[in-house]
Amino acid sequence: MKDWKYWVAEQRGTLFAFVTFVVMFTIYVSNHPAGFTANVVQTAANKGVLLAFVAMAQALVVITAGIDLSVGMIFILTNCLASWIVVGTPLETALGIVGVLLAGLACGAVNGLIVIYGRLQPIVTTIATGAIFFGIALLLRPFPGGGVNEDLADFLTGKIWGVVPVSLLVLVAVVLLVWVPFSRSVMGRAAYATGSSEAAAYMSGMPIRRAKFLTYTLAGLLAGIGGLFLTFFTYTGEAALASGNAYTLFSIAAVVLGGVSLYGGTGSAIGAVFGALAFRAIGDLLFVFDLDPLWQPLFQGVVLLIAVSLGAFALLRVRNKLDWFT
Amino acid sequence: MSEISSSGRQRSNRQALWRRIDPAVATAFGCIVLLLLVGSIYSPNFLHLDYLLLQLKVASFLGVIATGAMLVILLGQIDLSSPWTITTGAMMACAAAAYGPVGVALAIPFGILCGVAIGIVNGIGVAYLRIPAMIVTLATNAVAQGLMVVYTGGFSPQDEATEAMRYIATGFLIPGVPNAVLVWAVVGAGAVFLLTRTTFGRAVYGIGNSERAAYLSGIDTRHILVIAFAIAGGLAAFGGVLLAGYSSKAAQSMGDVYLLPAIAAVVLGGTSILGGRGSYLGTVAGAILITLLQSILSVMQIPEAGRQVIYGVVIVIMLLLYGRAPASR
Repeated sequence: MKDWKYWVAEQRGTLFAFVTFVVMFTIYVSNHPAGFTANVVQTAANKGVLLAFVAMAQALVVITAGIDLSVGMIFILTNCLASWIVVGTPLETALGIVGVLLAGLACGAVNGLIVIYGRLQPIVTTIATGAIFFGIALLLRPFPGGGVNEDLADFLTGKIWGVVPVSLLVLVAVVLLVWVPFSRSVMGRAAYATGSSEAAAYMSGMPIRRAKFLTYTLAGLLAGIGGLFLTFFTYTGEAALASGNAYTLFSIAAVVLGGVSLYGGTGSAIGAVFGALAFRAIGDLLFVFDLDPLWQPLFQGVVLLIAVSLGAFALLRVRNKLDWFT
Repeated sequence: MSEISSSGRQRSNRQALWRRIDPAVATAFGCIVLLLLVGSIYSPNFLHLDYLLLQLKVASFLGVIATGAMLVILLGQIDLSSPWTITTGAMMACAAAAYGPVGVALAIPFGILCGVAIGIVNGIGVAYLRIPAMIVTLATNAVAQGLMVVYTGGFSPQDEATEAMRYIATGFLIPGVPNAVLVWAVVGAGAVFLLTRTTFGRAVYGIGNSERAAYLSGIDTRHILVIAFAIAGGLAAFGGVLLAGYSSKAAQSMGDVYLLPAIAAVVLGGTSILGGRGSYLGTVAGAILITLLQSILSVMQIPEAGRQVIYGVVIVIMLLLYGRAPASR
């Protein structure tokens, strides 16, 4: 095989997600009453970027064959925290942003510590820590409110040179600064190896514990960036349980659409980003086709159910029935 | 001679008894006693019979839901669709009540049937499509939520619970013992019978330990998975029916607060989250323990936020005490 064929085989999930996104977004834009304008792209980007950050967070953990059901709650917690501290002079705002990101890191690190060094199951652990994070968010913001540095918020949710949404540039920057170095490092390799076969990775002397710990911690950071952006969009902090649950659910949907295997070991966070953007575009199709917004939860649920069912086609390639049972 | 052998038998019996007591179940019961003692220092009412019966009644709603969750967890799977299965059961039972006397009579079975339907979808996804249980149940949860939002228009429905629903949740068939507790006792007895005295129960434990081995020993494992998920869905919906009877109507996202408690009750009761190991007695202890913890936190007037934090911390700590996986070697 030629080099590019290997590359295509490796990136199949990501490419599929990219194509899905392009198709869905084309349908969305071509039916949008305003058409393909900078404002439509800006609105779509701002909504998509929020989910993209949370989906990247989920993808990192899923690659190691884990799951983080608390990403939505970290997202909400950092939103509530940001509505307190990302205000005031530029220096105060900068310190506030650092504080919010550190809080996200800390939440992720707590998950990582309990799952890896406490040796508990990620599902139960992250449901429980999710309750803790939500409780803290509720302590910070018993009622919706607070504020944010509005100049910065307007800049980051606006357009640069009149066309390019700044939020998309930030997303690209985060991918380049967090995901690319991570996936090319020894830790990134170890994370993939752990997801493929933890026993084999252990036998090969991979630093599996540190790699898993790093993925949970980075997941916290990425969810924190998402929470920060939520504050920039809404100008407030709100401890909304339903919103946290929805983002956790959508992050899993985005990861699946993005071609990251839930059994671990394959896919990339870039795929998850396109998965998130595609999922948002699919969800918004209802609006451009002028359907009742009441149908949106059902529509998103059905899309999610179909997306996860597509994975069943892999069964057709299984020759030995015993390989069904992993 | 006979004396020696009989005392020897006694000793071995005692050892067998000790071995049969699961340390996790014992810890859970120990924690219940501890919570009651702590509570009674705070307020003597905690040891009153009325209070204890009230707690048992509240625990029975959780207990019914946790029974279904336990069945699925024993298989090594998980059911995250319970929040909206509970809500669907409650809403559909109340909705059926609006359709004349036939509807009133069929309200409870109809609610349960809707839960069974959701469970069957879960089971088919897990058993035949081989999608990870966590994902397919999250997806069906979203679909159930979507259906209910479309049905109700996003508001709490106006339909009221039927007399029968209120009776099984709040009435007294035996004076002094709430009916909900009786319902839990019946469900629990059924679960114990199913798990320990039938081939189905053996198959559940077998699949939980190794589905591959169970399949090779001639068990139709996919069939068992679908049935187990269907029962879990039915029990979650039944829990919703009871809750609707208790508060006399259904409400949006009334089931959301039961996801973590139901799984926590099962896991704190010593059932392995990896499947194949656990006893129903542990789940009973877990459900009572969680209910008492909630009750004490609310009596101490800790706000919702603090309760969530304490709750999560307690579950993590208890899991760290005895829910740890073996170290990789």
